[in-house]
Amino acid sequence: MSSKYETVIGLEIHAELKTATKIFCSCPNEFGGEPNTNVCPICLGLPGVMPVFNKKVLEFAVKAGLALDCEIAPFSKFDRKNYYYPDLPKNYQVSQYDLPICKGGSVEVEIDGEIRKIGITRVHMEEDAGKLIHGGATISSSQYSLVDLNRTGVPLIEIVSEPDMRSAEEARAYMEKVKAILEYLEVSDVKMEQGSLRCDANISLRLVGTEKLGTKAEIKNMNSFRSLQRAIEYEVERQTEILDEGGRIIQETRTWDEEKGETFSMRNKEEAHDYRYLPEPDLVPIIVDPQWVQALKDALPELPDARRERLIGKMGLSAYDAGIITGNRALAEYFDHVTARFNEPKTVANWLMGELLRLINAAGMEINENKISPEQFAALLQAQTEGKLSGKMAKTVFEEMFATGKDPAEIIKEKGLAQISDEGALGGIIEKIIAANPRSVEDFKAGKDKAIGFLVGQIMKETKGQANPGLVNKLLLEKLNG
Amino acid sequence: MSLTGLSAHELGGLLDKRELSSRELTAAHLERIQTIDDQIKAYMTVTGELALRQADETDKKWARGEQLSPLAGIPMALKDNMCTRGVKTTCSSKMLENFIPPYDATVTEKMFSAGAVLLGKCNMDEFAMGSSTENSGYFTTRNPHDLAAVPGGSSGGSAAAVAAGEAVFTLGSDTGGSIRLPAAFCGVVGLKPTYGSVSRYGLIAYASSLDQIGPMTRDMTDCALVLNAIAGHDPKDSTSAPAEAKDYTKYLVNDVKGMKIGLPKEYFSTGMDPQISALLQQAVKKLEELGAICEEVSLPHTMYALPAYYIIAPAEASSNLARYDGVQYGLRVKGEDIVSMYCETRSQGFGEEVKRRIMLGTYALSSGYYDAYYLKALKIRTLVKQDFDNVFAKYDCLLTPTSPTVAFNRGEKADDPLTMYLSDVCTIPVNLAGIPALSLPFGQVGARPVGLQLIGKAFAEGTLLRVGYTLEQNTNLTKPIPVIKGGSQQ
Repeated sequence: MSSKYETVIGLEIHAELKTATKIFCSCPNEFGGEPNTNVCPICLGLPGVMPVFNKKVLEFAVKAGLALDCEIAPFSKFDRKNYYYPDLPKNYQVSQYDLPICKGGSVEVEIDGEIRKIGITRVHMEEDAGKLIHGGATISSSQYSLVDLNRTGVPLIEIVSEPDMRSAEEARAYMEKVKAILEYLEVSDVKMEQGSLRCDANISLRLVGTEKLGTKAEIKNMNSFRSLQRAIEYEVERQTEILDEGGRIIQETRTWDEEKGETFSMRNKEEAHDYRYLPEPDLVPIIVDPQWVQALKDALPELPDARRERLIGKMGLSAYDAGIITGNRALAEYFDHVTARFNEPKTVANWLMGELLRLINAAGMEINENKISPEQFAALLQAQTEGKLSGKMAKTVFEEMFATGKDPAEIIKEKGLAQISDEGALGGIIEKIIAANPRSVEDFKAGKDKAIGFLVGQIMKETKGQANPGLVNKLLLEKLNG
Repeated sequence: MSLTGLSAHELGGLLDKRELSSRELTAAHLERIQTIDDQIKAYMTVTGELALRQADETDKKWARGEQLSPLAGIPMALKDNMCTRGVKTTCSSKMLENFIPPYDATVTEKMFSAGAVLLGKCNMDEFAMGSSTENSGYFTTRNPHDLAAVPGGSSGGSAAAVAAGEAVFTLGSDTGGSIRLPAAFCGVVGLKPTYGSVSRYGLIAYASSLDQIGPMTRDMTDCALVLNAIAGHDPKDSTSAPAEAKDYTKYLVNDVKGMKIGLPKEYFSTGMDPQISALLQQAVKKLEELGAICEEVSLPHTMYALPAYYIIAPAEASSNLARYDGVQYGLRVKGEDIVSMYCETRSQGFGEEVKRRIMLGTYALSSGYYDAYYLKALKIRTLVKQDFDNVFAKYDCLLTPTSPTVAFNRGEKADDPLTMYLSDVCTIPVNLAGIPALSLPFGQVGARPVGLQLIGKAFAEGTLLRVGYTLEQNTNLTKPIPVIKGGSQQ
């Protein structure tokens, strides 16, 4: 890998805001549905209609801007971005051009233990377009294309970063951080696979040590975090080869092909499109009350970075564990609820990461869909700590709780899984096993320590695994040693 | 007694006393349309069945003793750029030849709530672009006072229908003079309200920052009654003014004593027909007799208003008309790919003037030209508005001719767009400033009516109604000129 070039990456992220209704009409803001059923004259762009701005969109956009550390513009407006495409019924998109709602923020990402600050140029609001489904594999091989306008008018925010990223890993980390922040704010579902989170990357190379930006290529159609990383890596290689051979990079839009693992030029797209922006004459400018903004700022939830700090600093989790737990707001809050009732953060973290996430991922469900309440979880861990349940039994009970949602106490009782910690009861069983296995006892006394394992095994078998292993070991040794 | 040619308030009196039924009235108008519209060609679509049904509904309500609004049972028509659910709305364009809106414009809803009866949709210049209705994609409307003359535009059909007794009143739309000019040419009252007073929801847009819907009536009283019915805040229109609803009939007062009326010198140019000039002098004299003070004023940036308008309006239109592409509704001409479908559809669907303005507008908004044209035009707009603000600090309203000429002959200016544009020189500045203005008939030159324009400051429609009403009460020159049978004056 040639290291004489520095990679310069900027990302444009689009997130669908999960308001109840669309940005300019009262159609429900819902994913899916039969084509062209979630529409009305306004989002269809019928002759004579007019937009009415959904104020919730402004609230969500401002929250996002605040969480991304941006300045909120006291005065901003909507503009029309004019271009023709069949998924855009009015043949213009209502967006924001020169006076966006948010400007000048940043986000921190951690790469190999180092914290890097990635700048955010702006955040603005705009409406989404519909979807096209082509009859064939490509546009040119199709006899027809179908237009589904359900998605027109869905509110979007576009987050434009400064060209501050220097590697595919960094770009991915930035994208993941932005996703986590938006998820925490509950302003978007941020699911790349559903299209509620999308991104385009602008990539250029320049000689290390130079300031001037190289010619950039815009990459589209990366539908997962992995695609993003792979596409950037491919593009860096492609551009490196060209430059090494003395060629020039063409400024163009390229599409990522997931199957082939390459980017291809979208040559039929007009470059440097003139959108002939004009201020949207059917909407009034947006004037934001600073007190309202301050109230939103005060009410922001604890964001991923702050949470991570708290889990590491105050709760003693490792950076890695804290990272996993705070990667998802629902998981982070679940963790907080459990530790509020059972104050051993490391134990809780291990159980969440080891057991709960395993079962949740296998079932393909969300954290909040799982049947175990934080109270029940805490009760389970409590029972284990108090010796009422062995570690192995605790896992069994946990799986039962996950399947049925019953209290641990109930399950323990039903299945008779209580750990035997009664010395008297155990003592009797141990003597019985010792009596039944004279050979092993001989082996042990002769110095073969492994024989004790066999005896422990027999005791556990006799007690159906419910004997408290620590106590078994202790009592067994006592009895064997005299 | 002929039932056509009366005003709404006169008819309202008869309807209230049950001396007349809405059905009789409506049938009389439908018959009038049947008789003369072949010659006038004011209507794109006549909704005879609907009209009679609505008339019957209203008659039933009267029979039940219900209290009804002043416009109940009155037959009217709408310019064909106002959406009517289930009724073809074409903007007189081939592009929307078979477009049937699934919804009603707010003004349509308001008319129906008031109990008015829809006779049909009126012919216009295509997409409201024009000053003579010669740009209609279908046919040209004739001026009922002289069939060789144009009715003005773009609300030519709406004006002609009222003048010819084919509707008691109509609604038109005005972006650069499109209510006032045809009102003047056809000898009827036309009012362009303050921008934001009347909802634009359902008005098929030409230039969004300039368009307004307004009444076209036989007299000032009707104008106030119709304005009452259509004005008011509409949450579906984000540019709709939050103003409280008013009763405009309160302003129909016969008194102009002490009012200060400005005569902007820039509007009384040498290009004006001297007979119009003479008529206006008569109006001034009459107002002074009645106690008003009339003085010359200046609106120095007037000469820049027309060029600014012909950048701003086409720019907005180029964006508003982008949606007509054959994909979802309206005309579609098949092509081998999407671009050729767009091109063929728009080439065939739009007439010449529409294409001309789309091209002008696209150019003005293009990268590299935006600052020199569009931005500059917006700045001129501010200056034009400031001129008005300055004079309205001292004057109650302004008086000008609506047009420097009377109606011209059909075909006379059709081949020269720039000359055609000059017809709007007295009306355009008003739209740029967003203020109200009304044209009222004031005599004629030969057979062709003359219009007198009153301009007021924002939300001062009341002042205009008052001055107009006073003139109406004190001179015969404002009386509607009868149009008999074949349409020409006897």
